[in-house]
Amino acid sequence: MLKDITLGQFFPGNSLIHRLDPRTKLIMLIVYIVALFLAQSWVTYALMFVFLAAVIYISTIPLKSIVRGMKPLVMILVFTGVLNLFFTQEGRVLVDFWIITITTGGISRAAMMMARILMLITCTFLLTYTTSPIALTDGLESLMNPLKKIKVPVHELSMMMCIALRFIPTLIEETDKIMSAQKARGADFETGSLMDRAKALIPILVPLFISAFRRADELATAMECRCYQGGEGRTKMKQLHYHRPDFAAFGSGALLIAAVVVLGRFGL
Amino acid sequence: MEPILEIKNLNYIYSAGTPFEHKALDNISFRVHRGEFIGIIGHTGSGKSTLMQQLNGLLKPTSGTVLLDGQDIWSDKKLTRQARFRVGLVFQYPEYQLFEETVYKDIAFGPKNMGLPAEEIDRRVREAAGFVGLTQAQLDASPFDLSGGQKRRVAIAGVIAMEPEVLILDEPTAGLDPIGRAGILGNIEAYRKAKNATIMMVSHSMEDVARLTDRLLVLNGSKLAMDGTPAEVFTHAEELVNMGLSIPQVTQVFLQLRKLGLDVENVYTLDQAVAALKSLKGGAGNA
Repeated sequence: MLKDITLGQFFPGNSLIHRLDPRTKLIMLIVYIVALFLAQSWVTYALMFVFLAAVIYISTIPLKSIVRGMKPLVMILVFTGVLNLFFTQEGRVLVDFWIITITTGGISRAAMMMARILMLITCTFLLTYTTSPIALTDGLESLMNPLKKIKVPVHELSMMMCIALRFIPTLIEETDKIMSAQKARGADFETGSLMDRAKALIPILVPLFISAFRRADELATAMECRCYQGGEGRTKMKQLHYHRPDFAAFGSGALLIAAVVVLGRFGL
Repeated sequence: MEPILEIKNLNYIYSAGTPFEHKALDNISFRVHRGEFIGIIGHTGSGKSTLMQQLNGLLKPTSGTVLLDGQDIWSDKKLTRQARFRVGLVFQYPEYQLFEETVYKDIAFGPKNMGLPAEEIDRRVREAAGFVGLTQAQLDASPFDLSGGQKRRVAIAGVIAMEPEVLILDEPTAGLDPIGRAGILGNIEAYRKAKNATIMMVSHSMEDVARLTDRLLVLNGSKLAMDGTPAEVFTHAEELVNMGLSIPQVTQVFLQLRKLGLDVENVYTLDQAVAALKSLKGGAGNA
């Protein structure tokens, strides 16, 4: 079913991670990614892993849903692993056969790259799993506020993102409905040549586009009826405030970076 | 007489094996005979829409069978595809499925998918347009230039053009004004009479189903709660109200009259009410 797509899905909850300010989580995501790229050894990688595991544990997100979200990315992972395995020529040679040469350096490099990508993906998943789309756009808008000085339409951008996220499930539902209706008239999406199948999409895409435009029009009218006129002078019902857990998070982030840098100095 | 559709112990579970598992149909069995006009009523979420999609093979039952002319529609791929054409399904707000440049082409979409010859397609499109009262000029227009009620007629014609033996409609009059409603219901009756077709109609208007149908299926909580003529079903007024449904207004009036001590039968259409009141008046005059 189309509904099973987990793209930036939000898992409602009330854990410490859920309650953190969205800005904190966004900043921490950047901090974590920076630390991940500073880390160069297995010791620092282990540290990064422990940190991530602790956050997953606190967030109470079931491990199963994180693993399920990874599935579409398996190809990228395998590709990276294979490339690093064959193109890194360091250390002792283990296999030398035809044009394939595998070295100890290649194996450790490939394993490290794959671990890095896995941790990178998991930490971004944690952000979208624990933060509702609205909180996320709120946080983004607030963080990008300084860009207003150089005339970047920050509010408009975040409103567009918010609306787009809001309408993904609606459009998926609509697509399901239209597909059923056309199937009831004998439309066939499963068989035939590539050209036939592409043509079979027309009866779905045309009504879908028309309804998307209709919805956009109705939404614009509804927003204007409630006197929406952009971000100027608009107050928020939910003000963003940093609390104690946020400062604790920043502290742990600073510690993490410091630890990675210091350990790096000692060649670990 | 052999039933055209036979539903045996049908079960359907959405998202089986996940936390979102939901039983939408629970052990449903009934038979449909040729030429019947069946009304399906039930509260929102009672399983009406799911049931309809089982009957033409859009959804595959979790367990149980759907027999069309005695053949299981899931026993063979060809039979499943045939079921789509022999059992026509008009969804709620069907005007949102229109996509072609002209009304004519849109109505021809179904017959074309059936693989019919060009002359036959042409005959069917014109006949279907006739049933729903579309003019020649409207056939050449873009479906997006028509009014809401006209679009709905085009969408219904698109299904009628496949000449299904069973025509299923999900709230075909939702959101239309009284004239539009009467028009569409009249079109459905006309198609039924002309082709001796079986009609199954989901509706929230108790007046409509009381007046038009000769049998009612009542769904409640994924189960088939009642199956009988409108007269039989509407005698269970209290149970219907408990299911979040209602009975025709005129039936409510007569139930009140009975409570007040008047000797009247249960009625469920206006015509019956007039007859009952007349006979009562006549009877009183004689005494």
